[in-house]
Amino acid sequence: MSMTKQGKTIVEKIMSSHSGVNAYAGDIVTAAVDLMFCHDGNRPLGAQVFDSYGVEKVCDSKRVIQVIDHAPSCPTESVARMHAYMHAFAQRQGTLIYERGDGSCHQIIPEQGHVKPGQIIIATDSHTCTLGALNAFASGVGVSDLASAMITGQLWFLVPETIKVVLNGALPSGVYAKDVILYLAGLIGANGANYQSIEFTGPGIDRLGVGQRMTITNMVIELGAKCGIMPFDEKLRQWLCGRVDGDYQPVFADADAAYCRTIEITLNGLTPQIAKPHQVDHVTPVAGAKGTPIQHAIIGTCTNGRMEDLEIAAAILRGKKIKKGVSLIVAPASRSIYLEAMEQGLLRVFIEAGAVIAIPGCSACSGGSYVGVPGDGEAVITTANRNFKGRLGNPNAFIYLASPATVAASALTGRIEDCREFM
Amino acid sequence: MTESKFHGRIFRFGDDINTDYIISAKHKSLILDHQQLAKHLMEDIRPGFYDELQGGDILAAGENFGCGSSRETAPIVIKEAGVAAVVAKSFGRIFYRNAINIGLPLVICNTDGMREGDGLEIDLEEGYVQMDGCQERIAIAPYPEQVKQIMALGGVKEWLIAAGYVPAKTE
Repeated sequence: MSMTKQGKTIVEKIMSSHSGVNAYAGDIVTAAVDLMFCHDGNRPLGAQVFDSYGVEKVCDSKRVIQVIDHAPSCPTESVARMHAYMHAFAQRQGTLIYERGDGSCHQIIPEQGHVKPGQIIIATDSHTCTLGALNAFASGVGVSDLASAMITGQLWFLVPETIKVVLNGALPSGVYAKDVILYLAGLIGANGANYQSIEFTGPGIDRLGVGQRMTITNMVIELGAKCGIMPFDEKLRQWLCGRVDGDYQPVFADADAAYCRTIEITLNGLTPQIAKPHQVDHVTPVAGAKGTPIQHAIIGTCTNGRMEDLEIAAAILRGKKIKKGVSLIVAPASRSIYLEAMEQGLLRVFIEAGAVIAIPGCSACSGGSYVGVPGDGEAVITTANRNFKGRLGNPNAFIYLASPATVAASALTGRIEDCREFM
Repeated sequence: MTESKFHGRIFRFGDDINTDYIISAKHKSLILDHQQLAKHLMEDIRPGFYDELQGGDILAAGENFGCGSSRETAPIVIKEAGVAAVVAKSFGRIFYRNAINIGLPLVICNTDGMREGDGLEIDLEEGYVQMDGCQERIAIAPYPEQVKQIMALGGVKEWLIAAGYVPAKTE
């Protein structure tokens, strides 16, 4: 076979290195999986499917993690039964389990040093793509795929085509990573990157911290993407320092890699964005929704529950009270963020403003958490990633997605606001 | 083995039918039994849908059916509700894998002319769908080789057994 000279995208390189095949978009490869995790929102659980296959031990107990995050308050008997099953499985298999209140899997797994650049990571959650911010291939799968990888240590993949998104310039004041990904969702639509990888690059990315990059990769699934991958740079190296050992290989795209589409966005002209009910790609600049009354505001989730998000929200809420009749829930993305927010005095700001602090994890994001279920006809503005009808447990409610700044500003007045007027 | 030829009545859906619509997360925290969960299929966008189904029915949709979450419960409840296959212009990729893994046939083809209540024949072997009373056969996008193998065996568990990773006799 002749050696092809065509350059590779990041995902083509990762798929090649993990399969031993010189892989390009369109190829089907069987690749080694470095890390696999599952959570308590799955029915059946990953552990239950594994057990139903009649295999005694997972391929490698170090590569399998369970996280209790989707229903951290354990609101029902059924959930209690699932949590007990997960604990028994972890004990039997000698695998790690993160507990109620430790945080959302997409925060805790990278935060605790389980993710390295260049890895292949799969998990039974569609927002697993978040971890692409660490220059890794990370993608959501179902429980059957996870269980088969728990047995074989590998999984088949169709190597995706790649869309290159170049972010130029710098974000203006009051505009954040969340606005970037909402804008992109509006631009290419919910099906705009289906089966594809999105590589982010450009000076606009270089200026974003790793947490903000995670906000962007978190939501590439809302465009249908298989994964979203951020470049490796000094910021990421520093973020990883102290979390993982230095034994990893960053992955860079070749200059002559083939992309199916290139999208350039100039950040300087961007404004705060809002996704209106009931679709994530139903996006408008904030002016298109300004003044809409809201009864609930939610800050947190794996999209926007990190320290920088809480700091931005606290800066707007400091010394103020939210509108009477509005409920504000703040859910830190992990236990350590919760602790840091406490030490920095942010929790005091939120509590004094009238917020309720929710258990770290998927509180007030998935309807299965049974936190912050809205009433009929009520409107919710949230930093989460999905606004599907019924997402928070009531199909008769209306959900708007926005940045932490927009949500905080809107909580103060009880209607959707332009956060730039509150800074 | 997955049946390769079947006929059923069409239930029509639009674009971007997400997995929250297929089965709401709130029920997953309350109900563990799949047959019970199936009663809530499409409840938030089409109340009473489960009761309309007769068994062997076909869901026909537009683009991006099954987008959203990775919940395998979505194809599971569709199958449990007695749906024989889902036909759409495109599928959310995680849903696509999940459905194939549990042996729910998915068909990618042009669904523009398909109306609620029409009869539809699907022939996976020959690679076409055909509406009752229509001469025209609509071509099905062929499955990738790996998917074809899993589909032929009836799901990923059967594939793992055939590949020798999983013992043949399990409960």
